[in-house]
Amino acid sequence: MKPSLKEHLLALLAKLAPLWGALVFVALWWIATSLKVIDPILLPSPADSAKALWKGMMGGSLWHDFLRTVTRTLLSFIIAVAIAVPLGIVLGSSDKIYRAVEFIIDFFRSTPASAMFPLFLVLFGVGEKTKIAVAAFGAALVILFNVAYGVMNARKLRQLAARVMGASRIGVLTDVTFWESMPQTFVGMRSGVSLALVIVIVAEMFIGSTDGLGQRVINSQMIFDMPEMYASIFAAGALGYCLNLLFLSIERKFVHWGGK
Amino acid sequence: MNTPIDLMSAITGPAASGPSDHRWFPPGTHITVRGLTKRFGATTLYENFNLDIPRGQLISIFGPNGCGKSTLINMMSGILPIDGGEVLFDGKALRDTRIGYVFQNYREAMFPWLRAIDNLRYPLKFLKLSKAEKDARVERMIARFDVKIDLHRYPYELSGGQQQMVSIMRALIVDPEVLFMDEPFSALDYEMTLFMREQLQKVFMETRTTTLLVSHDLEEAVHLADKILLLTRKPTHVADYISFDAPRPRDTATLSTPEFVRVKAHSLEVFQREVRKP
Repeated sequence: MKPSLKEHLLALLAKLAPLWGALVFVALWWIATSLKVIDPILLPSPADSAKALWKGMMGGSLWHDFLRTVTRTLLSFIIAVAIAVPLGIVLGSSDKIYRAVEFIIDFFRSTPASAMFPLFLVLFGVGEKTKIAVAAFGAALVILFNVAYGVMNARKLRQLAARVMGASRIGVLTDVTFWESMPQTFVGMRSGVSLALVIVIVAEMFIGSTDGLGQRVINSQMIFDMPEMYASIFAAGALGYCLNLLFLSIERKFVHWGGK
Repeated sequence: MNTPIDLMSAITGPAASGPSDHRWFPPGTHITVRGLTKRFGATTLYENFNLDIPRGQLISIFGPNGCGKSTLINMMSGILPIDGGEVLFDGKALRDTRIGYVFQNYREAMFPWLRAIDNLRYPLKFLKLSKAEKDARVERMIARFDVKIDLHRYPYELSGGQQQMVSIMRALIVDPEVLFMDEPFSALDYEMTLFMREQLQKVFMETRTTTLLVSHDLEEAVHLADKILLLTRKPTHVADYISFDAPRPRDTATLSTPEFVRVKAHSLEVFQREVRKP
């Protein structure tokens, strides 16, 4: 039976459901600005902010800052993964080592990375290195913790099956344990990249920066260019959202067996 | 099987110790278990346990709960370390023996990141075979089980019966000298169980691989077995070791033959006597 026009329309509406909340949000914002409920200097209209965002991204300097932040975030994320994944596998596969360092990892993982800024400034100086190092540090701890956890919780039966079939100790690690830890590793990477973005934005605000979204937000706030500030905030939000979406879709494709 | 397992010592096992006083075994014996001892903390599960497994036969292992049916085959297959005694295959140690093992929990025994065909191929990577030989083995195994399974799917996309079928094929692909099966059909429904019994027998008749099957279902245990090993409660000993010689292939009609009924009734009697012992 062919679906009727009404069914088509209903299906379309269901697909657009997530848009409704956003529309209501923009409508409320627009009403608030047009009724001047909030000082228009503090809250520009949605149209002005959108215009600033559009102009900034299309050939303006916002796009340049956006790319700087993306580069820093991804660079620190890559460093974090390169350090944390192998280390996490080693830690997770040895109960003794893990117990010995569990407290330290948990402690620094719980320490706000921003509290480490001064230390990293002393170590790496005012510049690019510090921002990336702090972000990599924060992300690495989150990823490390998750990888180790995933390795420790690898299904014993699966490891046994490989062992009975003739796999060596290293073979069990590469053929089973590594894959078993993947779902948890991806959880760690997703949190890690979010955290890296947060730290990079904060670092751009406060550690002598000449570019980046964080620096742009702070600068526009100082000169009271509110549409510009909102545009930068939205750009940062969109970046975070897209990174999460990207990692989720990679995860779904790669860890296809997760939860099954 | 919820016992914590040390993977390394599980495979190498401790050096055989203790007196091996029962050296003699009947002709045609494949596996000899001598003076096997296993303790869990203060409880002794096996103490000086002896057993002969004849070559090319299917042995069902049946006994009261907690008597260590699975523990027995896990010790023989090297999954669990033994505390004393020895298990020899044609006089060889386990490390010189090719074995296949089918777990009860096929979901956790398959590798879900590999397609069924690659799961099937996995154990071959530990044999020194050329790529052509490996492919030939896979082809032969697929032909042997005339089951229509799309092996290019992932295990979680297959039904329970199909997954366990792949699991059995994976155990058999190395052409094992001994096949261990730990309650392989207990997670399947009755219809599937009957079908799997048929398939298992078919392969068994072709390969005549010495097979040890742990079962908690007496009907299944007798239906498939050449010999039924009945165990006592712990400390575990052999309560009875009964032959069942019905011709193969055995089908559902076998289940109502007088010989089957007699062997099953006798096994049940022995089982109940053991369960009721104080």
